[in-house]
Amino acid sequence: MTDLYQTQRVMRNMRRAAMQRGVIAILDVGTSKIACLILKFDGEARLREVEGVGPMAGQSKFRIIGAATTRSRGVRFGEISVMNETERAIRTAVQAAQKMANVRVDHVIACFSGAEPRSYGLAGEIDLEDNVVTEHDIARVLASCDVPDIGPGREVLHAQPVNFALDHRSGLADPRGQIGNRLACDMHLLSVEDSAIQNLLYCIQRCDLELAGIASSAYVSAISSLVEDEQELGAACIDLGGGATGVSIFMKKHMIYADSVRMGGDHVTADISKGLYIPAADAEKIKTRHGGLFATGMDDREMIELGGESGDWEKDRRRISRTELIGIMRPRVEEILEEARTVLDAAGFDHLPSQQIVLTGGGSQIPGLDMLANRILGQRVRLGRPLRVQGLPQAATGPAFASAVGLCLFAAHPQDEWWDFEVPAERYPARSLRRAFRWFKDNW
Amino acid sequence: MRSLIPFRLRPARHGRQPGFGRAEPPLTRQKVAHDPSPSLWAYRMQRVMLTPYLRAFLRVGLPVLAVAAMAGVYMSGEDRRNSVVQVFTDLREKFQSRPEFMVTLVSIEGSSVELADAVRARLDLNLPQSSFDLDLEAARARVVELDAVKGVELRVRSGGVLSVLITERQPVLVWRQASGLSLVDETGHRVAGLFERADRDDLPLIAGEGADAAAPEALEILAAAGPIAPRIRGLVRMGERRWDIVLDRGQRILLPEDRPVRALERLLALDQAQDMLARDLVAVDLRLPNRPTLRLTTYAMNELRRAKGLQPLPETVETEL
Repeated sequence: MTDLYQTQRVMRNMRRAAMQRGVIAILDVGTSKIACLILKFDGEARLREVEGVGPMAGQSKFRIIGAATTRSRGVRFGEISVMNETERAIRTAVQAAQKMANVRVDHVIACFSGAEPRSYGLAGEIDLEDNVVTEHDIARVLASCDVPDIGPGREVLHAQPVNFALDHRSGLADPRGQIGNRLACDMHLLSVEDSAIQNLLYCIQRCDLELAGIASSAYVSAISSLVEDEQELGAACIDLGGGATGVSIFMKKHMIYADSVRMGGDHVTADISKGLYIPAADAEKIKTRHGGLFATGMDDREMIELGGESGDWEKDRRRISRTELIGIMRPRVEEILEEARTVLDAAGFDHLPSQQIVLTGGGSQIPGLDMLANRILGQRVRLGRPLRVQGLPQAATGPAFASAVGLCLFAAHPQDEWWDFEVPAERYPARSLRRAFRWFKDNW
Repeated sequence: MRSLIPFRLRPARHGRQPGFGRAEPPLTRQKVAHDPSPSLWAYRMQRVMLTPYLRAFLRVGLPVLAVAAMAGVYMSGEDRRNSVVQVFTDLREKFQSRPEFMVTLVSIEGSSVELADAVRARLDLNLPQSSFDLDLEAARARVVELDAVKGVELRVRSGGVLSVLITERQPVLVWRQASGLSLVDETGHRVAGLFERADRDDLPLIAGEGADAAAPEALEILAAAGPIAPRIRGLVRMGERRWDIVLDRGQRILLPEDRPVRALERLLALDQAQDMLARDLVAVDLRLPNRPTLRLTTYAMNELRRAKGLQPLPETVETEL
C-alpha cells in the first residue's frame, strides 16, 4: 500500500513537472485502438478574451496539438497480453502524435479499461484536535479509514474522498475551516490487478516515456461524457469498449462505484466472424458498415456481399441479408447490456435518486442501441459523446474517444486523491527523522 | 410489342446494384506489407530529432557552421586571400580617388603674407591629393610648430579647397638675450627675432635668463607701473626668480619674489607722497616687504652725512651693483 502511495506521489509530481513544461501526452490503451493525444498547456489567456467563457473546469487550460490513433495489438479485455506487440502499437501512436505536434513528449498519462476493477467504500472518523478542520485533519481522517483486504496481487488505482461529515452534518465537499468536533469521511477506493499496471508501466518505459498518471477508463470516460448536472445528481456511465465494458456511477461529482464487464465490441465482431465464416477484419467492416440491432422489413432485402478470396465461387459470392447480421449481433449486445445491468444492480444503482444512464464508447455507435438499452437498462438512457475540447481533430470527437478526452480533463483538473494529502505524522515509522520533522512542523 | 402489365415487375433488389447510388467499396483484403510500427531505433531517432535544442541547432547552427567552414576552406590559400584583399583595396582606391574627394588648392587666411608663405612651405602637401589620404592632424602639428602661429584650423571645403585658418601670435615684449633680441608674446612664447631695438621701440624690454617664462608677470608689473612708466627702461629678471625695474638715470627698483605688483604699488604711493624717485637714489630695495631700503648716490650720501655733521665716506666704499 505505501509502495503504491509513493508511486502515486511520484507520478503526481511528474505530472506537475510536465504541466509546468507545458506538454503532456495522453494514452488510451484500449482493446481495439490505442489513441494518443498531445496536450499543450499554454494558459487560459486566449480564451479569457471571449465574452462569457470561464475557466470551464480546467478544459480551457490546454489544447490538443497532436492526435493519433492506431489499431491496438496485443491487448485483450483491456489488459496487455502481448507486451512487445502493445509496445509497438504504443510507439506507433506516440510517434504519429509527436509528428503531428512537432514536439517531443516525455510524460504520459495512461488509462486502461480491464484488470478487474473492484470498488470499496471506506469510512473513517476522528476527533478534531481543536475545533477547526485543517488540512492536517483531513489527512488524518483519510488515514483513519480502515483499508479492507483488497487481496493479493492487487493495487489501489483510485482512492478519492467522496464525502465528509462534520458532527451531524453530512454531504460536505470541503470541510476545511469549518468548526466541529468529529470529522468523518467516506472514501471510494478502486483496486485493480497489480500485473496490469506493471505491464503498462513496462511498455511505457520501453517507449522511453515516463508515466505521469494512471486512471481507470470507466472513470475518465464518465468525466468526459456525463454533463455536470448528471455528475452532480447521480448517473451511470457505460463505456462500451472493444474488449471490456466499463461501468461507473457518479454522485455529487464523485465516482462512487466502478466495475467492468469483460465483454465488448470485439466479441460482437468475433460472433459475426464465426457465424459467417469470414475473417475478423471483414467482420469488423461489416459490423461498422451494416450493423444494427433492430430488424425491419427493409433489412430483409438489403443484401450484404461477404466476398472472399478462397477461389471457390460459391463461398466467395455468398450474400447475407442485414437481418441475419442483426440476428447475430443483437444477442451479444443484449448480453453485454444484461451484464452491465447486473453490475448496476449489484452496485445498488436502482436506489439512487436519479436513474440516468449514459452510453458511450465505440460500441455505442451501433444503430438502435439506445432503443435496446431502453428495454434492458430502463427509460432514462441517452447516448453520450465526449466533451468538446480545444484542438481535437474532427475524427477524434466520436464516442470512441470518450476515455481519451476524459483523460485530458483528468490531467488538467485532477480530483483530490488520498495521496494528494500529507501523510499524518503517526503513520511514519516510530524512529523516523521525518516523523520528528513533521512533529516540529505540526506543533510550531 | 408492349407489355400488358401496367407496372414493370422489378426483381427484388439484391443489396446494392452497380450504378445505383454510390458504389460500395469492396471488402478489401490488402495485406499490410510491413509492420506499421516504427522500429525502436527509428522511434528514438525521431524523438531525438524533436529535441528543441537540437532542432534549433539544425535550423540555425548547422547552416552557419557550413557557411563558415566553406569560407574558411576557400580562404585558406594564400593567393586566394590576397586576391580577395586586392579586390577590396582596389575598390577603396577607386572610390577615394574620385574627383569629388580631391584637394587641389590651399587657401591660407588670417595671416600676413610672409607668414602665409612660411605656412605653405611648412604644410608641404603633395597636391592634388585625395582628402582620405590627407593627414590633417599631422599637417596641423607641422604648422603649429611655427613660432609665429598661435593656433591653426584646417578644414577641407567643398570644391577641393583646403582652408587653413591661422591665428597669429601678437608680440608684446622685446626680450634681450646675449644671442640677440627677440619678440615675445604675452605668454612668453617667442614670436620672431628682431635685429634692432629701435625697430619695435613701442614694446617694453625685458632681459635676463628665464625672462620669457615670467612674461605674464612682467606685463602685470608694467601695467601697474602707471606714473613711472615713461621712465622705465626695461625689466631685468634676476636669478630666474624676481624682477628689477630699471629706470632712466640708472635707477633700479628691486622687486620681491612674491607679489611684486603689490610692492610696486606701495613704492608708487611713496613716490607720489614724497616724490621719492625724483631724488638722488641709486636703487630702491623692496625685497623685504616690511623694510624697504634706499641706496643713495655717493654725493647724496655725503650730503646726508654732512647734514648730520658726520665725516663724508671715502670714495672707495661705493659698491658696484
